[in-house]
Amino acid sequence: MLKLDEIQKRLLAEVADLHTVPEGAYNIRSNSQSAGRKSTANIEIIPKTDVSGLDIRIKPGTKNESVHIPVVMTESGLKEAVYNDFHIGADADVTIVAGCGIDNCGNQDSQHDGIHRFFVGKGARVRYVEKHYGSGSGAGKRILNPVTEVYQEENSTVEMEMVQIKGVDDTSRTTLAELASGAKLAVRERLMTHGRQSAVSAYVVRMNGDGASADVVSRSVAKDESYQKFDAKLVGSAACTGHTECDSIIMDRGRILAVPGLEANHVDAALVHEAAIGKIAGDQIMKLMTLGLTEQEAEEQIVNGFLK
Amino acid sequence: MLKLEHISFHVEDEGQDKEIIRDVSLSLPAGKLIVVTGPNGGGKSTLARLIAGIEKPDSGKVYFKGRDITQWSVTERARAGIAFAFQQPVRFKGIQVMDLIRLASGKDLSASDACEYLSRVGLCARDYINREVNASLSGGELKRIEIATVLARGADLSVFDEPEAGIDLWSFQNLIEVFSQMRQTVKDRSILIISHQERILNIADEVAVLQGGRLTAQGPREEILPGLIGSPSAMKECFGYSAGKGGKTVC
Ligand SMILES: Nc1ncnc2c1ncn2[C@@H]1O[C@H](COP(=O)(O)OP(=O)(O)OP(=O)(O)O)[C@@H](O)[C@H]1O
Ligand SMILES: [Mg+2]
Repeated sequence: MLKLDEIQKRLLAEVADLHTVPEGAYNIRSNSQSAGRKSTANIEIIPKTDVSGLDIRIKPGTKNESVHIPVVMTESGLKEAVYNDFHIGADADVTIVAGCGIDNCGNQDSQHDGIHRFFVGKGARVRYVEKHYGSGSGAGKRILNPVTEVYQEENSTVEMEMVQIKGVDDTSRTTLAELASGAKLAVRERLMTHGRQSAVSAYVVRMNGDGASADVVSRSVAKDESYQKFDAKLVGSAACTGHTECDSIIMDRGRILAVPGLEANHVDAALVHEAAIGKIAGDQIMKLMTLGLTEQEAEEQIVNGFLK
Repeated sequence: MLKLEHISFHVEDEGQDKEIIRDVSLSLPAGKLIVVTGPNGGGKSTLARLIAGIEKPDSGKVYFKGRDITQWSVTERARAGIAFAFQQPVRFKGIQVMDLIRLASGKDLSASDACEYLSRVGLCARDYINREVNASLSGGELKRIEIATVLARGADLSVFDEPEAGIDLWSFQNLIEVFSQMRQTVKDRSILIISHQERILNIADEVAVLQGGRLTAQGPREEILPGLIGSPSAMKECFGYSAGKGGKTVC
């Protein structure tokens, strides 16, 4: 498949579950070059001319198709900003798989900043999956700073799944969403930090039309000396419902800051925030130990289950 | 199989020493089923936790299959063949029933093998195998899953802390059969059940009564049970809550 070495293939499998060329439309970016691209009858992928990035146009009414746009980086010291715009036509129903894997064996920092904008047409439905993964033993950091902007027209639905379980040293994630009436946004974020990693995730979701709804849920585990900040702000300016939840396990000398933010500008805006941070419950560890697991194995099972 | 010798245990409660188990000696031969009963707060769950290794005694010794395991960890005891169903089962976000049964069995069980254990506790396996062991399960469902994990362990000694609590009338009979079966299928396997239920006491080989941290009676069921049921002192001392369904509450 394509011109990828073993490490690049491994990264692709981690971030996009890809073992071969994906079905449907795709663009695979490897060390700042396109390593393969394919458009389909309904999904067109066009490189931008002014900046690095792509315009992805999905025709109205496109059903059950997918787009894969994974990024892999294996050269130490590479820094890039990539602008991808998704134009999703009315009533389309598509899955978009992004994701970035960095393998850094060198001493210089590697950084990928992906700026993704989604323009979601009326009644369209998008499932978006983004995984981050880092590997390599170099002293250089693996840095990812994604910015995601979502503009949802009437009655559109966006489900986002963001996963970062391993190896990314520094990430600052910003997600902005604007929802018209009847639009629905559901975000599931799963995060684990270890070592001296730092992860900041900030959301601002504006519900501007009646019947809009947002549900932002983060589950995270902070190990070792790592630091996490979850900053979720919902703004309700119509008859809408919003819910954010931060559920975190803290271990070792980890630190977690959860910042709830609810702004209601309409009497029928119903907004809820839940946050819970705590270490693994002692009786959970005990229970698994009575099944024959060691304390460490028990912790692993609990963490894996929590992030599943 | 299991032998407790002069076990004492205390906790510190608001700066005061509180004796919970006082000089308890008990022995459970291989292949026998013992039911430990007694009033609420008598120390039964604490005794079970001492057997599983979750608590360590202040003094006394615990022997399992002839070895002194007093200082062994929970994990070591589990691996040596002690299984324990909690009175209040633990919930886990994200861990599925299947995962828990697989961990309990210590093998890479197939889904259908795992389902077998659920069926034995009267749960329709298909509906539960992929459920998370979280707050969405009802109390009775959780309790039965807890029992299923202990069945899956197939341990030499299985300890059940009030397995009947929260189990409905229809499933209760089934539960009794599960315990009877456990004894028949594997020779020399011992069971310790903490219970207030007459029908569970009725299948015991031995009965022990724990009150105020002391064993006040212990022996073959035929000897102990008649004195327990209907005795005015037992009525006074045993302010047993009404389990309502599934038989008379003895203690
Ligand atoms: N950590 C603790 N701190 C204070 N008191 C405790 C502690 N653990 C147990 N106890 C007390 O020890 C006594 C025995 O508790 P235990 O749970 O063993 O009783 P039990 O016989 O299992 O009761 P039940 O029938 O209600 O389940 C109770 O009075 C209880 O309040
Ligand atoms: Mg108890």
